[in-house]
Amino acid sequence: MIRFALTFVVLLGATAPANAAVEIQEVTSPGGITAWLVEEDAVPFTALEIQFQGGGSLDRDGKRGAINLMTATLEEGAGELDAQAFAVARDELAASFSFDVGRDGLSVSVRFLTENRDEALALLKLALTEPRFDEDAVARVREQILSGLRSDLNDPNTIAGLRLNELAYGDHPYATSLDGTLDSVAALTREDVVNAYGDVIVKDRIFVGAAGDISADELATIMDDLFGDLPTGGAPLPPPVELQLTGGVTVEPLNVPQSVALFGHIGIPRDDPDFFPAFVANEVFGGGGLQSRLSMEVREERGLTYGIGSYLVNWDHANMLLGQFATANDRAAEAIQVVLDEWAKIAAEGVTEEELDAAKTYLTGAYPLRFDSNASIARILVGMQADGLPIDYIETRNSKVEAVTLEDVKRVSERLYQPEALRFVVVGQPDGLEGVN
Amino acid sequence: MRFASLALFTSLAFVPASASATEVTSFELENGMEVVVVENRRAPVVMHMVWYRVGAADEPPGVSGIAHFLEHLMFKGTDELEAGELSETVNRNGGSDNAFTAQDYTGYFQRIASDRLELVMSMEASRMDGLRLVPEDIGTERDVVIEERNQRVENDPGALFSEQMRAAQYLNHPYSIPIIGWMHEANALNMEDAMSFYEQHYGPNNAILVVAGDADPEEVRRLAEKHYGVIPANPNIVERERVSEPPQLAERRLEYADPRIGNDYVIRSYLAPERDRGAQEEAAALTLLAEVLGGSPTTSVLAQKLQFEEQKSVYAAAWYRGQSLDDTTFGVVNVPVPGTSLEDAEAALDQAIAEFIEEGVDPEKLERIKTQMRASEIYALDNVRGLANRYGAGLTSGLTIEDIEAWPDILQAVTEDDIIAAAKRVFDRRKAVTGFVRTATEEVTQ
Repeated sequence: MIRFALTFVVLLGATAPANAAVEIQEVTSPGGITAWLVEEDAVPFTALEIQFQGGGSLDRDGKRGAINLMTATLEEGAGELDAQAFAVARDELAASFSFDVGRDGLSVSVRFLTENRDEALALLKLALTEPRFDEDAVARVREQILSGLRSDLNDPNTIAGLRLNELAYGDHPYATSLDGTLDSVAALTREDVVNAYGDVIVKDRIFVGAAGDISADELATIMDDLFGDLPTGGAPLPPPVELQLTGGVTVEPLNVPQSVALFGHIGIPRDDPDFFPAFVANEVFGGGGLQSRLSMEVREERGLTYGIGSYLVNWDHANMLLGQFATANDRAAEAIQVVLDEWAKIAAEGVTEEELDAAKTYLTGAYPLRFDSNASIARILVGMQADGLPIDYIETRNSKVEAVTLEDVKRVSERLYQPEALRFVVVGQPDGLEGVN
Repeated sequence: MRFASLALFTSLAFVPASASATEVTSFELENGMEVVVVENRRAPVVMHMVWYRVGAADEPPGVSGIAHFLEHLMFKGTDELEAGELSETVNRNGGSDNAFTAQDYTGYFQRIASDRLELVMSMEASRMDGLRLVPEDIGTERDVVIEERNQRVENDPGALFSEQMRAAQYLNHPYSIPIIGWMHEANALNMEDAMSFYEQHYGPNNAILVVAGDADPEEVRRLAEKHYGVIPANPNIVERERVSEPPQLAERRLEYADPRIGNDYVIRSYLAPERDRGAQEEAAALTLLAEVLGGSPTTSVLAQKLQFEEQKSVYAAAWYRGQSLDDTTFGVVNVPVPGTSLEDAEAALDQAIAEFIEEGVDPEKLERIKTQMRASEIYALDNVRGLANRYGAGLTSGLTIEDIEAWPDILQAVTEDDIIAAAKRVFDRRKAVTGFVRTATEEVTQ
């Protein structure tokens, strides 16, 4: 591939569109649960996205990784069905349930055919409300997680992420991996998993998005069936982060030929009046195409990397401006200097009229293209709710991008890009690069 | 869950398919370019792809990686376009673009609002015969490719070992060479290599246009004739004639140690037949064999025997990729729980396979898998890129549109006996490569 698909890009997926041809309905069930729905009957199936707010950050003290283990064990048996029987029942229906946990939410991505919708949802309900967490299932999944952790021990990307989070987030849950560590996971018991379930799976922290062959009335009934029996409450949500990150370079030695660098500092809140100017500025600076400044300078001009980008990331409790690249050990120092120079340049000068126009055209034109499948629409609907965006956001988003002026970008760039505050974490054997604290 | 990436992850698949939401039309331009239109009006978006019937396995000796390097250079200038202008124009119109290189094909695509189809078509046509490289393009882009290799392979011990396995699997056929190229050869690629490969293989008579999404076949025909139809056929292009494998008579056994390996595992690949034009039955049986034996992480034969009954494995799976121009591979892997030797893990894997052949296929299990495959035809209609890839990759891997459309029914017709017969044929250790992959202390590899 000519271009490396940078994984951070998806995080921006929840930001919004303009002339997208989707009509969102707000559906409230008799039991008081709200969902956003886009009806589309072209194909006889539905994508349903559910998110429980809080996610992996709700682990109890000393139980890091319990929520992740619980999430991975949710479909390993429920009700009368053990792990094998549950999988057989799901496969017979050709439904798919995918459980995943992140820093801010536990998500369940579901798809089911119209022809056996009731049976598929009855099975999903079983997993959500009556998971068995059998001892043997917990042990088996725990062993799989441990093997993943062992593989990660020498993975430069994982090491870089762990170190940057540790430096940034102090004693906040964001500072450590929600996967847990070899020690913490090895010590987890069935009781920890049961506790984790009670801490996260509650009906007053649910966001629901649905897209496909289903009506508002049908969805309302389904939601009460699925979630009505869940308790309310859950573990307390974590506090806002007090960011600990300082400028400099941290080197983590690892015997690999290519150094992996993550870099970042504080970002900008989603509801800041200057969020859109910042979003457009960063598109010019480190956005997805080959034409961003970072990509032009680091890749196209110098051939230092296969891919580089920068991203505004809005977690529930922290806002960051982050970026990443990978480069041969003997070129890491040069690449870091180029990034720092670009950081200083945009802070001092902002962007040009031409760059601003190109970024706006790209962002407004690309927005409607996101709404191209049931699965992606359902995910976007949940993302919008989790970000606290209004239901008509899709209609107004492009005009917010259009309204950004050169002056706005100049103002926000000066505030956002702080070369002296930028921290690089470099994993590898970078030549001539000393840790600077 | 955890190990999904090790195996080819097979998604679910229920119900009689397609028709209403998607129409496929195909035709050929006078210069030999094939056109496939996959009409799916789900969103006002179109996927425009040009697939060339040339890939890494068509490279001359000594310049491994040239097909992929050329793919990168195709984003440089043409007679009409400045370097980078194509991507920049796509971006300015809200679209995205990229490209990919495989052993059997090279593809270029843009995803964009459907009213911009002609714009991207005109630019794609421009680089079909008008690539204009300058020496300055070469050095920097080669550095980028080397960093790509570092990122994908050198920094990943599993990927490094996969290269070694493929090299051992094929005694004569160029599938033994990595797509991105061996490091020492990729490092030395030059402009002459790239232009020579381009002139030998690119042209309308070696290309397939796939337009999928919000597209009208008649409009696509008009635009394709206007932009691609005027490009003369390239006389250098000849039917692909690749060398074939001699009889494989001796199993190859590899041991690899790397301090970066987190979990020891045993992995084996067998040389296997691929989907052939008009003859896809054996490949269909192998596809279902892989599913029954090692598809589901919970209910497959290997998962049940090794993870659930014996509880000696963290993960066990099988996979098979039938879409290939020449002989492909069937693979199995077993990641034992810590404390179990790889010798024991291999013995357990072999015993599980032997028992499976003895016991035969559970009819209910087979029916569930077929149900899922039927359903996958419905879910596939929600994924325009996937539909486009099905035609592009199929046609560049030696299949016809009829073969591609017959495939779901051929899968449904496979019986329990077909699967066992295919298993007996494919599990021939003389055609296998077995790998023991272990962690090692730093000193061993320094």
